Formats: sequence, C-alpha cells, structure tokens
Amino acid sequence: MFTQVKYYQPYNSPHDPCPPIRVKSYQTPPQLYIGFQPQNLQQFSPKQALYCGTLWPAFYSPYPNPDGSDDK
Amino acid sequence: MNQPLPPSYYELLEEIQAVDFVLVELTLYLDTHPEDYEAIGQFNQFAQQSKKLKKQYEQQYGPLRQYGESYSGYPWNWNSAPWPWQV
Amino acid sequence: MWYYEKKLQYPVRVSSCNPQLAKYLIEQYGGADGELSAALRYLNQRYTIPDKVVGLLTDIGTEEFAHLEMIATMVYKLTKDATPEQMKAAGLGAHYANHEHALYYENAAGSAWTATYIAAKGDPIADLYEDIAAEEKARATYQWIINLSDDPDLNDGLKYLREREIIHSQRFREAVEILKEERDRKIFF
Repeated sequence: MFTQVKYYQPYNSPHDPCPPIRVKSYQTPPQLYIGFQPQNLQQFSPKQALYCGTLWPAFYSPYPNPDGSDDK
Repeated sequence: MNQPLPPSYYELLEEIQAVDFVLVELTLYLDTHPEDYEAIGQFNQFAQQSKKLKKQYEQQYGPLRQYGESYSGYPWNWNSAPWPWQV
Repeated sequence: MWYYEKKLQYPVRVSSCNPQLAKYLIEQYGGADGELSAALRYLNQRYTIPDKVVGLLTDIGTEEFAHLEMIATMVYKLTKDATPEQMKAAGLGAHYANHEHALYYENAAGSAWTATYIAAKGDPIADLYEDIAAEEKARATYQWIINLSDDPDLNDGLKYLREREIIHSQRFREAVEILKEERDRKIFF
C-alpha cells in the first residue's frame, strides 16, 4: 500500500523575513505505483464513478478543500 | 425558449453522463488492454444502455448529436437553446 | 472526423458569484498546461506514432476538448452577468477592454495561447514522456486552482478534472510499456 501525500521540512533560516512554512507536502497519486493496470479491479457504480472522476477506486485520489475539509 | 428546465431534465442528463463516463473510462482502458474479454462485454452493454437513455432524452429535449447521428424534429431543433454551458 | 455531442461530460456547477476565479480558471483554458494544449498536442502527435498507440492519443485528445468545454462553462457562468466594475474588481479589466465577456485562449497572466506550448518530436518515447509530463503538470495546476477557490461546487468539477489527469497519465505510462514490447517476456526474480 502507498500513501498519496508525502511531507518534508524545508530549511528555514533565522534571517528569513516572513513567518516560515515548517512542513510542506506533495502529492504522490496512484499512477506512480500501480504499473500496468491489472484486470478485474473493483469498480465504482456509474454515478459514483462520474463524481469521483474514475471507474476504479484504486485510482481515486482525494484532494482536500482549501479549508482542510475532505469529501466523498 | 428560455423557460428553465425541470429537475427531471437534470436527473435524466445525470444518468446519461454517468453511463457515458463509464464508456469513456472503458475506452481508454481497452486502448491499452485490447484483450480484456469481460471489459469488452461491459463496454457493449453500457453502449446499449447509453443509446436507450439518449433515445428517451431526445424524444423530450431534441437531438444530442449533429450531422445525422441524431434525428431532427420539425422545425430544425439542433440549434435550439439551451446549450450545455448554459444549462 | 469529429462529431460534437450537445452535453457536458460532467455536470458543472458554480455556486458562488466570484468572477475573480474566472481569471485563474482561464489558465486551464489557454495556458501552457491547459486543456487546449493537451487536446492539440495529442491529436497532432497521433499521426506519427506507432499504430498500437494511435487510438489512445485520439481518444484522450478528444476527451480533452470535452474538458475544455467544461472550463469554458465555468468561466462563462462566472462572468456572463458581471458588470464592467465587477470585471475590473476581479482583475479582468484588461480582458474586458479587449473582449468584453468573450472567452479567449489566454493564460491567467493574460498571455495568448501559442503553439510553442506543445511539442511533437516524432520520437514515440519522447512524445509519450512529454504527454505524461503534461498530464502531471495539468494535475498540479488543478491543485493550485482548487487551493485558490472556496466554491465547493466549482471544486467538485475541478477535482473531477484533476482525477482525469491521473487516469490519462496512467494510460500514457501504459503506452510506454506497450512500446517497450516487453509485455510478453517473463521477468524472473
């Protein structure tokens, strides 16, 4: 299993003028890990697929809303 | 022809969008997995369902496709409002 | 031959009247990593790529036009009722001076679309890696626009488009595997 978000801590200097961002993140979505799609993966229902943007839960990559809330 | 469309319009459209979306996903999948027998079966099944839903839609709301892929009513109704970005 | 279907691929909804978002959304309409670039890039590359991959480029290229239409719908809904004052306040004064409410193939900074945004090297591996990179860049751009937007309905549409980029990236990666022609070889560990 893989995680879809990775975190790192950028270097902050005591001479930086602005309040530093201490933890940054980047996305590592499923296409990095799955390889050639295997047959017979589980599927969403058609309406669920439409709203998730893909037919297969294995490829679903949630992205948080700016206020931090998640959905679906 | 600027009356707002009823909720049933949006419901039927959503049904069609969902079935057509599965067809798009299966198309891209089959482009790289040409020998997946079950997926082709699913594709053809959903294609049949799509045609059925669109026939229903077109009877009430006019043609979805141009150049003869859909039939026309009288008078010519291909170019009547609303267009998809107005809906 | 192309046909048009008179429906959106996905039900786009915009719930807050915030024309400023249109200024950011236009990046995916006429920007370097936007849907127009994607559509033209793939549809152009397909003439000189091995046959087994032409279908994929045709189908993804066509889907990108559907996405272009979705972005246009979002921008249209956000700007169609805006007064000149609202356009100015949204940072779209210069756009309005030239185009009024018309859309245009430009990016968020106002630069016009150019064919220099796309490449076609004629080398299938180079072309497919450009396509994978394009999809990742488009995915990232949707992330940044979602970060700028507080409209949950608009964001649903943007998240849909971001997920599509993930699937497209996956298919282009598979296309590379197909061209490597190692699919039938058994790999022993």
